Amino acid sequence: MADLAARRPLLRPLRLRPRRAGAVTAGLVLVVAVAGTLLAPILWPLDQSAVALDQTRLAPSWGHLGGTDDLGRDVAHRAVYGLRVSLLVGAVAALVATVIGGLIGGIAGTLGGRVDRVLMRIVDTIAALPHLLLGIFIVAMLRPSLGAVIASVGLTHWLSTARIVRSELLSLRTRTFVDAAISGGAGRRRVLVRHLLPHVLPRLALATTLMIPHAVWHETALSFLGLGLPPHLASLGNMISDGEGSLLTGAWWASLVPGAVIVVVTLAIAVLAARWRDRLDPRVRAELHL
Amino acid sequence: MTSPQHLLADEVRVAYDRQVVLDGVTLSVARGETVGLRGPSGCGKSTLVRVLALLHRPDGGRVSIDGTPVTGVRYAVPVGLRTRVAVLFQSPRAAADPRLSLTDLIAEPLRAVRAPEPGVRERVAELADLVGLTPDLLTRRPHAVSDGQLQRACLARALVHRPDYLLCDEATAMLDASTQAHVAAVIAGYQRTRNAGVLVVTHDEALMDRWADRVVDLAGEVSAPAR
Repeated sequence: MADLAARRPLLRPLRLRPRRAGAVTAGLVLVVAVAGTLLAPILWPLDQSAVALDQTRLAPSWGHLGGTDDLGRDVAHRAVYGLRVSLLVGAVAALVATVIGGLIGGIAGTLGGRVDRVLMRIVDTIAALPHLLLGIFIVAMLRPSLGAVIASVGLTHWLSTARIVRSELLSLRTRTFVDAAISGGAGRRRVLVRHLLPHVLPRLALATTLMIPHAVWHETALSFLGLGLPPHLASLGNMISDGEGSLLTGAWWASLVPGAVIVVVTLAIAVLAARWRDRLDPRVRAELHL
Repeated sequence: MTSPQHLLADEVRVAYDRQVVLDGVTLSVARGETVGLRGPSGCGKSTLVRVLALLHRPDGGRVSIDGTPVTGVRYAVPVGLRTRVAVLFQSPRAAADPRLSLTDLIAEPLRAVRAPEPGVRERVAELADLVGLTPDLLTRRPHAVSDGQLQRACLARALVHRPDYLLCDEATAMLDASTQAHVAAVIAGYQRTRNAGVLVVTHDEALMDRWADRVVDLAGEVSAPAR
C-alpha cells in the first residue's frame, strides 16, 4: 500500500491514517470557526437589531448562504455571531468550571481524610440534582446576560473536574516517586508543586477542553428555552428557537443552519480532545507507537 | 554512656486493616554494618523498610536513629533527621518522577532543602561520576534510559545527602549482572568511606552471602552469620 502511494503521488493523501485524517479535519474546522468568529466584526459586521421585512424566509442562495429567517435576517451571518457567543461562553464557562473544580478536587485530593470525605459528599449531593435545572435556577436569579449564562454553566459543570483532580491526586500520592521525594527531604508544598501538580495539569487542561462542547450545548439549551441572551442578540440557541416557528412554513434552514454549526464545531472540539486524551494515556500511546 | 550508633526498629508492629504484617519485629542496623534481610514474599520486608525509612507509621513500637527516637512519619520528620536515612527502591521506574531529567532527579533532594545551586551542580557531577552516568545520559528523562541507568541515578539521588543509613529494597533485582555488581560495589564503597549502615533486602542468596555481615530472617531470628 505504501509502495503504491509512493509511486502515485495523487494517492499520497490516502496514507493519512483514518484517525489522523479525522483530527486534521477537526483541526481545520476549528481553525476556520475560531478565526471566522474572531475576525467577523472586522470582515462582516452585523447590526444585531436590523431586520429586512421584504426579504423574509428566503431559501439558501448565493446571496444568502444560509437563507433568511422570518424577519429577513441572514441566517449564516447571524450563525457566525451566534457561534462567537457560544464559543466565548463555552471557553469562559469551562475555565470557570476548571478553576472551581480544580480547587475543590485539589484540596480534597491533597488533604485527604475527613476534608476529602466532606467535600466529595457535597459534590455527590450537587451531582444528584439535574444540572440543567440547576443552571436554569441560577440564570433565573440573575438578569439575562452573557455573565448570567457563563455563571450558570460554570457553576454547574465543575463536579466532574473536581472528581478527576481528586482521584488523580489520590493515586499520585501513593506512587513510589512521591515516597522518594519525601525521603529526600521534600516538604508537603514542594511535593505538591513539583511532583503532583505537573502530573495533574495536562489532565486538567484536557478536562477543560472536553468541557467546552458540553458548555456550548448547555448555553444553547438555555437560550433555546429563552433563558439565555436577550432575544435580539444572535446566539445559536436563540436562532434555533426563533427558527422553530418557521419550520411549519417550510423554512427549515432557519433552525437547521445554526443547529448544524453547533454540531460540527462541538464535534470538532470533541474529536481533537479525544485524540489528545489518547496521547496522554500511556496504554493507548503504546498501541499508537507514538 | 554514648548513644548507640544504629538505626533501630524496636518491637515494630504494622497491620493493614486487620491483617497483621509485622508483629513486634526488632531490627537494628549499626553504622558500618551490612545487614541482609530475607523472608518469603509478603512477609513484610518492604513494610519494614518503609517503617525504617520513616515513610510508614507503625501501629506499635518505635524507630530511633542513633538513639534519637523518631515520632512522626513522612512530612512530620525534621529534615535533619530524615536525610540521614535514604532508600533505594526496587523499581527505578516507579521511584523516578517521569518528568524530571536525570540531573534534576539527582539534584531534587538538595533543591528540596534549598541547597545553593552551584554546590548542587557540583555534587550532581560528582555523584554521576561515582555511579557511572555519562553527561549525555544526565540530560535524558527516565523513559529514555534503561532500568540499570535509571537505578544508578536513583542510587546517586539516595546518596546525595550523604546518609548514615542506606536501605536497599530489592534494589538490584531488576538489573543485569554487571549493573548489579557495579551498584553493589558503589554502595560498598560508599559504606566504607562514610562508615554507613546498609540494609539489603534481596532474594539473591549469593549476593546476600557475599555482601551481608549478618542475615536476618523476617521470622525474627538471626539465621546465619555470613562471614
